[in-house]
Amino acid sequence: MLKIENLHASIENKSILKGLSLEVKAGEVHAIMGPNGAGKSTLANIIAGKDEYEVTEGNIQLNGEDIGELAPEERAHNGVFLSFQYPVEIPGVSVTNFIKTAINETRKAKGLEDMPAKDMLKMIREKSELLEIDRKFLSRSLNEGFSGGEKKRNEIFQMAMLEPKLAILDETDSGLDIDALRIVANGVNKLKSKDNAVIVITHYQRLLDYIVPDFVHVLYDGKIVKSGDASLALELEAKGYDWIKQELV
Amino acid sequence: MSKYTEEQLEQELKTQEYKYGFYTDIESETFAKGLNEDVVRAISKKKNEPQWMTDWRLDAFRVWEKMEEPEWANVHYEKPKFQDIAYYSAPKEKPKLNSLDEVDPELLDTFKRLGISLDEQKKLANVAVDIVIDSVSVATTFKKTLGEKGIIFMPISEAIQEHPELVRKYLGTIVPTTDNFYAALNSAVFSDGSFCYIPKGVRCPMELSTYFRINEGGTGQFERTLVVADKGSYVSYLEGCTAPSRDENQLHAAVVELVAMDDAEIKYSTVQNWYPGNKEGKGGVYNFVTKRGLCENNAKISWTQVETGSAVTWKYPSCILKGNNSVGEFYSIAVTNNYQQADTGTKMIHLGKNTKSTIISKGISAGKSQNSYRGLVQIGARAENARNFSQCDSLLMGNLCGAHTFPYIEVKNKTAQVEHEATTSKIGEEQLFYCNQRGIDTEKAIALIVNGFSKDVLNKLPMEFAVEAQKLLEISLEGSVG
Repeated sequence: MLKIENLHASIENKSILKGLSLEVKAGEVHAIMGPNGAGKSTLANIIAGKDEYEVTEGNIQLNGEDIGELAPEERAHNGVFLSFQYPVEIPGVSVTNFIKTAINETRKAKGLEDMPAKDMLKMIREKSELLEIDRKFLSRSLNEGFSGGEKKRNEIFQMAMLEPKLAILDETDSGLDIDALRIVANGVNKLKSKDNAVIVITHYQRLLDYIVPDFVHVLYDGKIVKSGDASLALELEAKGYDWIKQELV
Repeated sequence: MSKYTEEQLEQELKTQEYKYGFYTDIESETFAKGLNEDVVRAISKKKNEPQWMTDWRLDAFRVWEKMEEPEWANVHYEKPKFQDIAYYSAPKEKPKLNSLDEVDPELLDTFKRLGISLDEQKKLANVAVDIVIDSVSVATTFKKTLGEKGIIFMPISEAIQEHPELVRKYLGTIVPTTDNFYAALNSAVFSDGSFCYIPKGVRCPMELSTYFRINEGGTGQFERTLVVADKGSYVSYLEGCTAPSRDENQLHAAVVELVAMDDAEIKYSTVQNWYPGNKEGKGGVYNFVTKRGLCENNAKISWTQVETGSAVTWKYPSCILKGNNSVGEFYSIAVTNNYQQADTGTKMIHLGKNTKSTIISKGISAGKSQNSYRGLVQIGARAENARNFSQCDSLLMGNLCGAHTFPYIEVKNKTAQVEHEATTSKIGEEQLFYCNQRGIDTEKAIALIVNGFSKDVLNKLPMEFAVEAQKLLEISLEGSVG
């Protein structure tokens, strides 16, 4: 599914990723953990194609195709989804209108007609039930005046609607209370299949109690310094990131 | 003494006529350039107007001559040379085309993207339509329905002939000839426009659109519109067209007057899409318009406008809330791109008790354009319990454009409640990336964000108009972000 080889990236000449490699196969859940400033969000943004970062070395392949030169929307059309750490507000554009546009633009890119309104409605109904989203919520302006939990739930709702191949959840747990966390995690689990993959980026092991990863990677100073199974997350929680730092010295 | 020939006699008579303003051959299409009393007389004569109308025009001209062109607006342009303009040209026959293949492809492309029907495209581009049954029958049914209700809707030049008493009673009562430089000029030389009268208690059963008006030639540089809604009547009036207007005339100075008598309501919607000039800021129309309405007791006037065209716009649709409990509304979207400049807003003059006004203004600036909101809320000494709510939002795209807000508030009654809210935002990289990440390309993302921003105003437009206006916004802003 996703193969990253020796990725080096910088922003304004400041080097952030320094030779990162990662392989994610279909059906897998990977967790990426690490201290602040390690490059976790940078990695997410680079996979999604944000152009303020400069990739200086290495490559990113999605299903065998190098996506390094693709625009963000083209990567999205190919099945990359990023659940943002800080989703932006778009006043006057309803959640429904936004997701309708996103779905139809993606279909257009694939040479398909717009999704019939009837099908769209059915899908919205299903997915909003899955994430326990109130119908009224769908008519509100995108992220405007949303609580932290509502924003994150809305991200996962969009993910459910767009059915991506590769979903990257960037600190989806931050700002969530325990109930919202459970609903969001439950949603992600239900959307998991053998054909898609999930990368969970998080500080804390808390989310991983709900979304159980197949692999855990520790990102430190622009590189993956340690990989393991779900137990690595527990170990990190117990020992803290200093443990990794010390191990590296 | 030389012989006085028939020929010389004829020559002299012609010269005499010249002196009195009949100098132009009745067959000629355009007057010589320049403006003086003779030209004003000639225009009036050409239109076969009654004496009172000629005198009215002359009064306006004499006032105009003494006036100075206003300079207070936040726009910069080379002033028109008023003696270098021809003030009368008969609605020119556009060249008849045989099929859409002969129409400028760029124009056709825009029509197509606006979703204008094939028949309508032909009509707009002046292509002969073979099967006109549809449009003819629509127009005929339309006329019949209006006639049954006693509604008058015709070119103002015809109304001056057919309903002189009505026109004379109201013309210039809302926007006096002395009002401002451009209103005075318009009064002196207006070529044509629309007249509409809704009788007492009649609810006009359809949107009145200039598109359906019979005999509509080119609207001309100096358009004059007068809408009179008698007691308890209602009318929704649509002006303009979302299709691009490629007018060669540099200067447009229109006047619109609305009269809403007791318990009457007028909704006036405009889409203005005059040629804005090219990307380098060359050419384009100067649009200097005076629009004003008067509300008697319990009357309501709503102005809704979508302004995307013109190189320079100077326009303040206003309401005089004279009657008690009267309501004035102004909903506006003004888009400027490239080198366009717009100084637009409204005036809400509260005179009566319990009068209410709402102002929602959305300015969108892109390219190197300058977009200003200028609005006056005035509460008179006798306007007990007057209320106003104003909201002025500006959306900026890129770093080279400007948005300005000039609110003026004058309150002379302590019971008034006046609220003003203003926001300025910028379409940010983060918003665009967010949309891109969801599979929406930048062009579409801008359209989405702009439509969201403008929603409160778009919602006020009649349904079909709103859909077209939405597409128009997209087209106007195309290519405005890298």
